[in-house]
Amino acid sequence: MEAFTTLDAIAIPIDQPNLDTDQIIPARFLGKPRDMQVSALFHDLRYTPDRAPRPDFVTNMPAFAGAKIVVAERNFACGSSRENAVTVMVDNGLRAFIAPSFGDIFFNNCFQNGALPIRLDAARAAELRGMLHAAPGARIRIDLASQTVVGPDGKSDRFEIDSFRKDCLLRGADEVSLTLSYDEDIRAFETRQRQEMSWL
Amino acid sequence: MAAARTMFEKIWQRHVVVDRDDGYTLLYIDRHLMHDGSAAGFAKLRERNMKLRRPDRGFATPDHYVRSDSRSVADIADPHHRSLVEQIRTNTAESGVTLFDLGDERQGIAHVVGPEQGVTQPGLTLVCGDSHTSTHGALGALAFGIGSSEVAHVMATQCLWQRKPKAMRVSVDGTLGAGITGKDVILAIIARIGTAGAVGHVIEYAGSAIRGLSIEGRLTVCNMSIEAGGKAGMVAPDDTTIAYLEGRPFSPKAAEWDKAVAFWRTVPSDEGAIFDRDVSLDAASITPMVTWGTSPEDALSITGRIPEPSTAPDAAKKDSMKRALDYMGLVPGTLLEQVPVDRVFIGSCTNSRIEDLRAAAQVARGRKVVIPSWVVAGSGLVKKQAEAEGLDKIFLAAGFEWREPGCSMCVGMNGDTGKPQERIASTSNRNFIGRQGPGVRTHLLSPAMAVAAAVAGHFADVRKLA
Ligand code: SF4
Repeated sequence: MEAFTTLDAIAIPIDQPNLDTDQIIPARFLGKPRDMQVSALFHDLRYTPDRAPRPDFVTNMPAFAGAKIVVAERNFACGSSRENAVTVMVDNGLRAFIAPSFGDIFFNNCFQNGALPIRLDAARAAELRGMLHAAPGARIRIDLASQTVVGPDGKSDRFEIDSFRKDCLLRGADEVSLTLSYDEDIRAFETRQRQEMSWL
Repeated sequence: MAAARTMFEKIWQRHVVVDRDDGYTLLYIDRHLMHDGSAAGFAKLRERNMKLRRPDRGFATPDHYVRSDSRSVADIADPHHRSLVEQIRTNTAESGVTLFDLGDERQGIAHVVGPEQGVTQPGLTLVCGDSHTSTHGALGALAFGIGSSEVAHVMATQCLWQRKPKAMRVSVDGTLGAGITGKDVILAIIARIGTAGAVGHVIEYAGSAIRGLSIEGRLTVCNMSIEAGGKAGMVAPDDTTIAYLEGRPFSPKAAEWDKAVAFWRTVPSDEGAIFDRDVSLDAASITPMVTWGTSPEDALSITGRIPEPSTAPDAAKKDSMKRALDYMGLVPGTLLEQVPVDRVFIGSCTNSRIEDLRAAAQVARGRKVVIPSWVVAGSGLVKKQAEAEGLDKIFLAAGFEWREPGCSMCVGMNGDTGKPQERIASTSNRNFIGRQGPGVRTHLLSPAMAVAAAVAGHFADVRKLA
């Protein structure tokens, strides 16, 4: 997994609260190979039903080309467990998501793909979105080690992240290898469970 | 004396493999359900050259991509989708996971099959690469959805890294009115707390109205915990649970059964256990519910009117209401009962069990649908049971289509989608934009209410039809 350390990049604002995973990648694209999903990002928000790009959707605006950060509203990426919601964004270059809150499963899935979800209070997130609208192409700087987000206004905010997640992201470490280092504990658990819950 | 513990706390503690200082826990997973979308997990496992640690703990069934008008894999037109349904065969055969395959009467939606087979049991941890895994909590399990990387992690290690969520209790006390179902209860709860209302929490549904629900009703309530933002939902196991599990194929047998029951009796929350949050609703105040917007929290009583954005508490909410009304093609102030419906879908892991079909058939009996209407049973066994009871005859006589088990039009991954702008009364769980096909307008409601809409051609109060 690719490590995440710092990111200084153009950010896109997404204003809808409760933006669900079906909006990030509609279900009809999920059964396709990953490389065929790349163009499905925000598909139904980006295109009209007859496949014309909507000029007012952020990812269609040239000023936001090359963005790597999303600043969203509350309960971002709620809905289904589809990890494609993370991978389709990562495959489009988006690696950090800032919002007041997230769908739980999406939040976890981020860490499995070297992406960083950042919870920032609603007022500051709204302020950042306002700046990004006002100056399309404005940049945001994220430093994971110091847990800070610096907005286009130069103001720096600290964010919280579990040290476990932070450590894995910084090292690009993979959870399966970590877990395998606890193999003895897993075996001990299984032995105990065989006695205590023998019907399983 | 030990401190009083919640049911969630008890199940959690019993499954801790490692507790790290940084707040992360390696949690043991007792059951892993898989479906046709789990191919990604198997692929990740193969990339690492690893085998399933506990194939005996895995159960698989194809549901998302199977056709609702054929049981033949060869009939699946899209080659990628067909391959996913084929891969579940090869993957389970290679790994030794139990498969309920297409053509086997035990096949169905994973969240219908798990409880039906007795795979889901009280006091267990259960995961599946699907957000509606919360359904299984209805039997007193800690069950939650995970993404495909975590699916591969469970396959490889039978464990998951978790930070302990908080516990929330939603109590519904009193008596539910006639015709009020688990679906109305959960929609009322979500309307009350919002789609982010339970983020970071495991919900325990409690109170006399919840205890009074059948297992099917509880499964419906727990199913939509995710739409309330919850990580999981659960109901304490009781006599109803134990009676439901007795004799199911994967339920414990003989002496093991007694041992299991004795354990299950210890699972419910202790008297005086403290929850991080408590919410309560009065059962008597719950009416038949229908959603009007594009989020499950946009739920209204059937007696209500389409809301006015001007009544929104803030500008952002007003904006999102306007957008939702625009997408849904609705005029504020319209009585819900006057909104015409184009199509009806009865099915999904929320409402496709035998009790749902009985409730729907009761309303359909002797009536005729005036719009295209489908019934898609949740599993082959549900379908068989319904046919044994003659429910299929009632549906067919009323003009419904009686189709083959799977997710079908809940998500339309198998091609069962509506047309742009079509208004569908659906017993599923998500009314997201485009959920049932691009431009489709989804309204969530109970099976009985769906039939009421099918025979009226517009939303209708099922209580008036009784
Ligand atoms: S029925 Fe719908 S919600 Fe349930 S598992 Fe299938 S697609 Fe998901």
